[in-house]
Amino acid sequence: MLWQQLINGLALGSTYALIALGYTMVYGIIQLINFAHGEIFMAGAFFAFLMVMVLKVNIFIALILAMAFCMLLGIFIEFVAYRRLRNSSRLSALISAIGVSIFLSTLALLVFGADAKGFPDGIFPNGQLQLGSVSISFLQILIFVVSGFLMLTLQFIVHRTKIGKAMRATSQDYNTAALMGVNVNMVISFTFALGSMLAAAGGVLVGVYFNAVSFNMGLLVGLKAFAAAVLGGIGSIPGAMLGGILLGVTEVFTVTVGFSSYRDAIAFAVLVLVLLFRPSGLLGQKIQKKV
Amino acid sequence: MGNFLQNVVNQIDPYVMQILVNIGIGIILALGLNVITGLAGQLSLGHAAFMSIGAFTGAILTIKLGMPFGVNLLCSGFMAALFSVLIGFPTLRLSGDYLAIATLGFAEILKVVFLNLDITNRALGLSVPPPYSSIPLPVYVLISVVLAVTALALMQESRFGRALKAIREDEIAAEAMGVNATRYKIQAFAIGSFYAGVGGCLYAHFIAYINPSDFGFLKSIDILNMVVLGGLGSIPGVILGASLLTTAPEFLGFMKQYRMLVYGIILIILMLFRPNGLLGGVSFKEMVLKIFRKRTQPSRA
Repeated sequence: MLWQQLINGLALGSTYALIALGYTMVYGIIQLINFAHGEIFMAGAFFAFLMVMVLKVNIFIALILAMAFCMLLGIFIEFVAYRRLRNSSRLSALISAIGVSIFLSTLALLVFGADAKGFPDGIFPNGQLQLGSVSISFLQILIFVVSGFLMLTLQFIVHRTKIGKAMRATSQDYNTAALMGVNVNMVISFTFALGSMLAAAGGVLVGVYFNAVSFNMGLLVGLKAFAAAVLGGIGSIPGAMLGGILLGVTEVFTVTVGFSSYRDAIAFAVLVLVLLFRPSGLLGQKIQKKV
Repeated sequence: MGNFLQNVVNQIDPYVMQILVNIGIGIILALGLNVITGLAGQLSLGHAAFMSIGAFTGAILTIKLGMPFGVNLLCSGFMAALFSVLIGFPTLRLSGDYLAIATLGFAEILKVVFLNLDITNRALGLSVPPPYSSIPLPVYVLISVVLAVTALALMQESRFGRALKAIREDEIAAEAMGVNATRYKIQAFAIGSFYAGVGGCLYAHFIAYINPSDFGFLKSIDILNMVVLGGLGSIPGVILGASLLTTAPEFLGFMKQYRMLVYGIILIILMLFRPNGLLGGVSFKEMVLKIFRKRTQPSRA
């Protein structure tokens, strides 16, 4: 029972982690809470749903197409709604991000309607793996494999490639990085592309896992993922992964213990506790402010 | 007195009255958010949650205790302010946008809690009886609006208001000048939430039925839009924004379903091209003075 719930929690947590990564990367580079991130997650889920329903493609191809679509969407949003505001007050960028978020979720509501859509049956084999008393469904294995692969790839990109180095430099000091010849606009677009891609993957996985895609799925999951990013330490990539997984496991155990009607409140209770006792998060570094 | 006021209120067409009261409540709510976001520069995304605290406090006090409405309004405001200090204390110590997330999270938690409490009648919501007072509700709304505007106008020019503006412009520089940023931010948040609580209490008694789901994220965004559209930090701007957005659905009934779509675009475009809103930076005092000067000094041309 305990192990079973742990597996369920890990599966949920992995999807939170995928989304939390986008928040943390964008915040690390331009100190913006990208409110539209949850809506990109939703857009990814809907795009995959459309691909599966209309073009009848395989779920894996739909996943890749959704990631590509959201990559473009993320770059586009940054270009239209955030780039001009990079030097104005943080409040302006934040409100603009909320505008994008409202626009996208309302658009989805108008296009797809208010009721949740489910993926067709048999989109993914329904079996499960029995390990003693614990059963792991193929779907959960898919979530572990996809999210694990993406997180490892991200670690590789950030730490082993030239663009990754540029990302780290930009997040340390935007102006100095620009002076050193880093094309910061390109780096920021790339960061949005990466984050949105991961969110899309998260969206498709959540959509298939719960078999529900709806216009407002981005709000709550986006908030929880943000809470996860703060829990791990905003700006820290391993922190977002850890935070997401911890949050997922906590949520599943809360439901198991019997507080199921409060499941959505857990993430925020955790968030407030973190802000109260360790504002820099589990793996975050305390940032010294300078004028 | 009560009878006389009742007669005056009855003179006005009920439909017009309803719109006017809605505008009044909108102004109170938006002015509250203006203290937090416009003056102190902190974004609260849970303004509707503080409104709901006021609404439920007011409703329960009327139902259970039959409390006189004037006292009830104050109690509702203080209850909202109390909660805002509880949520503001951990988050406002930190610089950055944590308040936005924490208030958003708090609003969600509160909604879940209200939906599960017996005293708020769970998901069924509460029917609110008419307020215990001989003075009709619209008069209370009017008085509240006048008091709210006056208090805010005085506050803006006070030491307190200037400290808030300093924090908004540059928190680090303000602290270096000896402004205790955390304390001022928490105070501003409490005052703004007090406004929200009063607005919520008026709303509850005016609508006569409240449900936790009425005070969700979209309601908070509604109020934020009033402040941002009219002008962050400008009292005439906030009044204009609240009046426009409250009456807009009456004129634009046909595009009801597109309303949120338009809101989203308005927010983006305003931030890109006019980040201070339509009347951003316009002060109430200067506006009054300008009109006054024009009257007293006829143009010499």
